[in-house]
Amino acid sequence: MIPELGYISLTIALGLSILLCIYPLWGAYTNNLRLMRAAPALAIGQCVFVFISYAALVYASLTDDFTLVYVASNSSSSLPWYYKITSTWGGHEGAMLLWLVMQAGWTAIVSIASQSLPWPLRARVLGVLGFLGVGFMFYTLLMSSPFESLLPYYPVEGHDLNPLLQDPGMIIHPPLLYMGYVGLSVTFSFAIAALLTGKLDNTWAKWSRPWTIAAWLFLTLGITLGSWWAYSELGWGGWWFWDPVENASLMPWLIATALIHSLAATEKRGVFKSWTVLLAIAGFSFSLLGTFIVRSGVLVSVHAFTTDPGRGIFILGFLAIVVGGSLALYAMRASAVNSAGRYRLFSREVALWLNNILLCVATLIVMLGTLLPLVHKELGMGSISIGEPFFNEMFSYLLVPFAFALGVAPLLRWKQNKFNTLKNKLSLIALISIVITASWLYSSYDVVSLMTFIAVLLAIWVTISTIFDIVEKATKQTSILVGLKQLTTSYWAMVSGHFGFACVVMGIALTSAYSVERDVRMLPGETVTLNEYVYRFDGIKEIVGANYTGHAAVVSIYNNGEKVTELHAEKRRYNVGMQFMTEAAIDASLGRDLYVALGEQLSNGAWALRIYHKPYIRWMWLGGLIISFAGLLILLDKRYRGTTKASQKTKDTNESSQPATSDEVSS
Amino acid sequence: MNPRRKKRMVTLLAVVFGLGSAVALVLYALQGNINLFYTPTELIQGKGPEKQKPLVGQKLRIGGMVVPGSVKRDPDSLHVEFKLMDTGPTVKVIYKGILPDLFREGQGIVAQGNLIAPNIIEAFEVLAKHDEEYMPPEVAEAVKGIKHQKPVYNNVKGDS
Repeated sequence: MIPELGYISLTIALGLSILLCIYPLWGAYTNNLRLMRAAPALAIGQCVFVFISYAALVYASLTDDFTLVYVASNSSSSLPWYYKITSTWGGHEGAMLLWLVMQAGWTAIVSIASQSLPWPLRARVLGVLGFLGVGFMFYTLLMSSPFESLLPYYPVEGHDLNPLLQDPGMIIHPPLLYMGYVGLSVTFSFAIAALLTGKLDNTWAKWSRPWTIAAWLFLTLGITLGSWWAYSELGWGGWWFWDPVENASLMPWLIATALIHSLAATEKRGVFKSWTVLLAIAGFSFSLLGTFIVRSGVLVSVHAFTTDPGRGIFILGFLAIVVGGSLALYAMRASAVNSAGRYRLFSREVALWLNNILLCVATLIVMLGTLLPLVHKELGMGSISIGEPFFNEMFSYLLVPFAFALGVAPLLRWKQNKFNTLKNKLSLIALISIVITASWLYSSYDVVSLMTFIAVLLAIWVTISTIFDIVEKATKQTSILVGLKQLTTSYWAMVSGHFGFACVVMGIALTSAYSVERDVRMLPGETVTLNEYVYRFDGIKEIVGANYTGHAAVVSIYNNGEKVTELHAEKRRYNVGMQFMTEAAIDASLGRDLYVALGEQLSNGAWALRIYHKPYIRWMWLGGLIISFAGLLILLDKRYRGTTKASQKTKDTNESSQPATSDEVSS
Repeated sequence: MNPRRKKRMVTLLAVVFGLGSAVALVLYALQGNINLFYTPTELIQGKGPEKQKPLVGQKLRIGGMVVPGSVKRDPDSLHVEFKLMDTGPTVKVIYKGILPDLFREGQGIVAQGNLIAPNIIEAFEVLAKHDEEYMPPEVAEAVKGIKHQKPVYNNVKGDS
């Protein structure tokens, strides 16, 4: 009964989103205000019905309703209740439904928070979002409905959730990523609406910026968390595999990062307008492409979702319509847009331009590496794989100009700068950075490779020049404290973003260069020494969990005779699916991670153990969090909240029946 | 040329140069990092219409089913060797390290490594996919028609 309700309300939501697609767009075209005014109500209605549908699936999962194919294959009665909830997005069909929830949620929030927008623009934004909703809902209903029934012959027990997904990280990782992917559709809709309206100005950039930042914030958090999850859960200690699915999330992130930088230039200086629009279109196109890669199973990936060519074709068709349509529109309208600002070579505009170019090149490289195997195969030239070294090599080439420019950029002013004053400042910063890097690296490590040195140097270069800029800006005032207070929130956001980037680069450079990894065969009582830490294998004990049993290796770690910690590296066997899972044990700290994973049992009571010493690996994720903090700062900026509030008072007094919740832009 | 045109010319040249060097770098980096995929039959009999065989020393990926009963462990180290097959001859894979959780006899796996003899691969990476019933598509294609052997659970943890 409940599942049918879910299916029906999803169908109703589809009907509403078809109306949402047609009414406002037609209204905006014919300048019919009544049709345009229908948009917010339709958006909220659609959101309510999608939520009902999702609630039905959650209910079915919680009550172990194995008459549903989806619940039977992704859950089991012995699963703890919180994993029963997360199992609703652990499989393909449920994940698509979660996507719809996000899509409808974003659309509803936009419809509420866009009250200060002129009606033609507001209606078009919502109309485009409605169009995207129609596409995804059709897909879900026709191709991947989670409400498919097994009646009358249904199993008494479910197939259980994939053990890999039974992890706290998994609870929030996919929703965060989806929030990001779908959030980019808001930016996309703003760009398309602006192209349709023909008004691409600073105000447009100002409206679209907080939405872009919000989507980017979720993507950043999602990717950071995904990397941490892979590290702690997959049991082989890697944190990034250049897997198609990871690349699928990295590409929109790179584009979104370029977009928030170029939006800043568009908003403040009125430059790069048509480029910004193109990026907004590209951002969402890449998240669609990512969906295609992940959902169609065209590429071999560690995230082995069920493969179905029909689904792939549908998404590919949708992708073609969205990308083709929006690019055609862009080609027709973008020529009318002219960027007014003039600037010279040594200006912040050029630095931002360089940032955009490099980020786009990085995106193209990821795309090339991800799709080339597919092209190769389709051309009948055999299956190939492109190794991690390719990506690592290309990204280290890109890092050098990118980080160099990043260090210079904050010191540059808009329009133009005098090269001589700049030169002195930069030389001083470079000197300080080199001294710090050299003295630190050579005092701590015996061997320093060139690439490690350059990467650490660049991280320190970015840090020092950012600090330099803060000090310089602050000392312009009478006292430093007054000066620091004068700095705007968005300035601090930039500082936070750049510090975070430096932190990530530092973490990656040091952990790649100085990680020690050993696979060893150990008998109980034996010890292994790795980087001054002595690991003693104390023995194996049995463990019993809610829905699994297994063994845990007890490993004590000593440093200079003192016990640092005792780790329990588990190997679990899940009762229902009979699947094995390695649960690594990690002793984490800012300076190093000690990582132990249990392998298989060998002869004579010996066990295979995997022991890692990973220095500074936490810096990477810490950096990701610091970068995300930048997004949060901008969302809290009074400038965006203030303007919407102020303009609300002057406009649309008859709209006061609806709650004034434009503050919830950030939520 | 007037200064404006000259400026444009310089910009254009810069863009072309940048693009060119980027493409060159990408191609250079790609060259060493494309790993062709083989099945055991292709490895022995050659791949494609020209029956191309990989050279000894080449880096490649191989996917196939682990031949039941072929897994041999060295008692004193993590050294392990096993045989892979699809529809035809078998090849040997040697590996030192910990095998993935889902590695089982009769199960499809993908190994990445160097060819050290015409039918022996020294693997530095062995992958078994997350999903229990999952087969790498390449392997599934190659073993189409073969009955998928049900994994024997009792043997997995015991000393084999």
